[in-house]
Amino acid sequence: MYARSARPLRRAANVLARFNSTTVEPPPAGGHLPSVATSQLLRTTRESALRAPRIKWIDEDSTGPVKPVVGGRETRKMNTYQAVRDAMRYGGESCLNSSGSKKCSIVLLKDDNAVVFGEDVSFGGVFRCTMGLAEEFGRERVFNTPLTEQGIVGFGIGLAAMGHTAIAEIQFADYIYPAFDQLVNEAAKFRYRSGGAYNAGGLTVRTPTMAVGHGGLYHSQSPEGFFMGAAGLKVVIPRSPIQAKGLLLAAIRDPNPVVFMEPKVLYRSAVEQVPIDDFELPLGSAETLVAGADLTVLTWGTPVYHCEAALHMLANPPPSIATHVPSAVRGAKIELIDLRSILPWDVETVTESVKRTGRLVIVHEAGMTAGAGAEIAAEVQKRCFLKLNAPVKRVTGWDTPCGMQYEKFNIPDAIRVLDAMVETLSY
Amino acid sequence: MASLARLRLPRRVPFAVRAIQTSADTTELRHTPEDFSKPLTVKLHEESFHGYKCDIPELEVQVTKDELLTMYKQMQTMRRMEMAADALYKAKLIRGFCHLAIGQEAVSVGMEAGIQREDFIITAYRCHPFAVMRGGTIKGVIGELLGRQAGMSNGKGGSMHIFTPTFFGGNGIVGAQVPVGAGLAFAQKYQEKKNVTFAMYGDGASNQGQVFEAFNMAKLWNLPCVFVCENNKYGMGTSAERSSSNTEYFTRGDKIPGLQVNGMDIIAVREAVKYARKWAVDESKGPLLLEFVTYRYGGHSMSDPGTTYRTREEVQRMRSTQDPIRGLQRYIEEWGVASEQELKQLDKDAKSEVDQAVEEAKASPEPLTKDLWTDIYYNGTQPPYMRGREREEVHHY
Repeated sequence: MYARSARPLRRAANVLARFNSTTVEPPPAGGHLPSVATSQLLRTTRESALRAPRIKWIDEDSTGPVKPVVGGRETRKMNTYQAVRDAMRYGGESCLNSSGSKKCSIVLLKDDNAVVFGEDVSFGGVFRCTMGLAEEFGRERVFNTPLTEQGIVGFGIGLAAMGHTAIAEIQFADYIYPAFDQLVNEAAKFRYRSGGAYNAGGLTVRTPTMAVGHGGLYHSQSPEGFFMGAAGLKVVIPRSPIQAKGLLLAAIRDPNPVVFMEPKVLYRSAVEQVPIDDFELPLGSAETLVAGADLTVLTWGTPVYHCEAALHMLANPPPSIATHVPSAVRGAKIELIDLRSILPWDVETVTESVKRTGRLVIVHEAGMTAGAGAEIAAEVQKRCFLKLNAPVKRVTGWDTPCGMQYEKFNIPDAIRVLDAMVETLSY
Repeated sequence: MASLARLRLPRRVPFAVRAIQTSADTTELRHTPEDFSKPLTVKLHEESFHGYKCDIPELEVQVTKDELLTMYKQMQTMRRMEMAADALYKAKLIRGFCHLAIGQEAVSVGMEAGIQREDFIITAYRCHPFAVMRGGTIKGVIGELLGRQAGMSNGKGGSMHIFTPTFFGGNGIVGAQVPVGAGLAFAQKYQEKKNVTFAMYGDGASNQGQVFEAFNMAKLWNLPCVFVCENNKYGMGTSAERSSSNTEYFTRGDKIPGLQVNGMDIIAVREAVKYARKWAVDESKGPLLLEFVTYRYGGHSMSDPGTTYRTREEVQRMRSTQDPIRGLQRYIEEWGVASEQELKQLDKDAKSEVDQAVEEAKASPEPLTKDLWTDIYYNGTQPPYMRGREREEVHHY
């Protein structure tokens, strides 16, 4: 953990835009592929932002009529870190009722029990997600902790057990391992082992995850799979600013402990119009981003955009790789699904899709062995066995540590996703 | 009276030239009231406390007849309960883990005598007496050990998972409860409650990294958190000297002052807890370390005979010379507070209370199969299904 301070993510867009080229020629400006900045999946207009699927408005006055979906609501251009910060402002005014359990029936204008803490959060955190919160809400509610991950989560569990809304930040997901015991043994099991007497439901642990292209061994990991068997926890990964705000608000108010992993390359590169009102998006629910009939591509976080690029490449392969894309598969209709919640994961949406398409490619940044894709592939082959036309394919990081020099080859990129789609379609 | 601690505690620390006194019966009577409705004045042995960066509590203390008899009865009841658990385990009615606190009764009962009802305790796995003292029931504890519905966690927890509104367990991972305790103390301070959290751990857990993480946060933020090391001299099967470079656990808080206490004399325990409470709450001086030097008669858990890493003679000597219940019994008799007969009656009451609770707990049914699936997530927010062993056992919510 030598590099505590985050470098500016200046090469973020380029990182997402590169591909496995063996030529010595530098890539064109902006890369060979459409970048996050030009993604069709981002909602860059007010109209489309307000119509995000399954958006649930949490209006301040719950007794009044719920405002119509679009009318009278405003949006503001935000990148992901700004959206996360916006969510915490609402999280700071969340809806804890007087008995301490988190039912959202009454939205309180101000919840004095919500606190935000972590390493360096009071001056904004390394990714600026908490910038200005200390000034706005006071240093009693937004404060720095020592560099003490196990202690941070343990401390957060104690706070949550007292009815607080504890929003902890672990500076990088790579640093979450010292707190693994507190999350898996204490937070996840508190409700069960006390027969419902206590719980750590008020705890949300935010942590930046996935690669930026130069983070190396201890700043590029994706540990979501390690938590997948920890019943009692929820694990959520958003893909965009709207998703980040809506899912984080839902996570903070969910009466279970949630690990909320924010893809750090998207903090600045993903920009959307984000509704400024309070709203939630559902946990445990996947979202179908592109409808299709021939192959399902399932992913979450940063690789959503690699997959989008791969979809374009399949339909219109660049001349340099066209020979590898048989014309028979170029017209295939690909269904793209963002899983969003890793635990619990949306089995129904995924299996319903695979039963229609008969083919599944799972894409994630963590290594393949016992990654989240392993569990999903096993369950899908069980439930969709007779509908499958090809084996479930996984495109993932390698099982090696994520060495800095080879990080670009470690991350599943659009070319590898494309290759997997071609292979699966022509099986 | 030979003190075992004298042999074991190192003497190199200058302020502890003499080892802590761990005899249970060295307190002297100073003043007997005309009638026992008024308190007695007694003086604790001058080696009952050692301070680190803090003064020690007053040695001359007042205690009433009622308090003495209540503490005696409670200690006797707690020992009976633990003995009943021992028997039930050996009868194979209790399965799994079971860590008994026989020999350490002065700590749990003495702490309860010194703290307020709304204060919090969080401890590790030797937790049964605390659960009862903090508002639980013997039936609830035994029921939990037996895995019955009458258990305090509805039979879903077991030995180290017992809770009450002011007792946060009962925690099985060595040291993990200590930062949780710091969080509880933070919430108390944040909510401006005039209360304190006692975050307890053993000499074994004192070497866990997260204990020091909690020390640091508590001192940094001046939390009303009293860290309590129950030093029973063995962390599982390894003696303190073999596990810890510094066995003066009360000095291990760096800038946090500490107090070492004779954990076999219940009056000393009570005074130390009152002192700590005043320190953290009334005087807002932040965290404090307490070390109760005590002894467990049994093994670490039921599967440990407790005689492979210490001699039978050592255990026997502690039992016969420094037992906290016998020590208190001697005070009560010598000071003329109650007769042997009266105490025998209390013993009988304790036994029958425990016997009855055991019978009631045994009569309670085991948890229903459907309860296996509850309390994992907040009701209504769980995943659509969870897996059992077989396909037919997959539980759909």
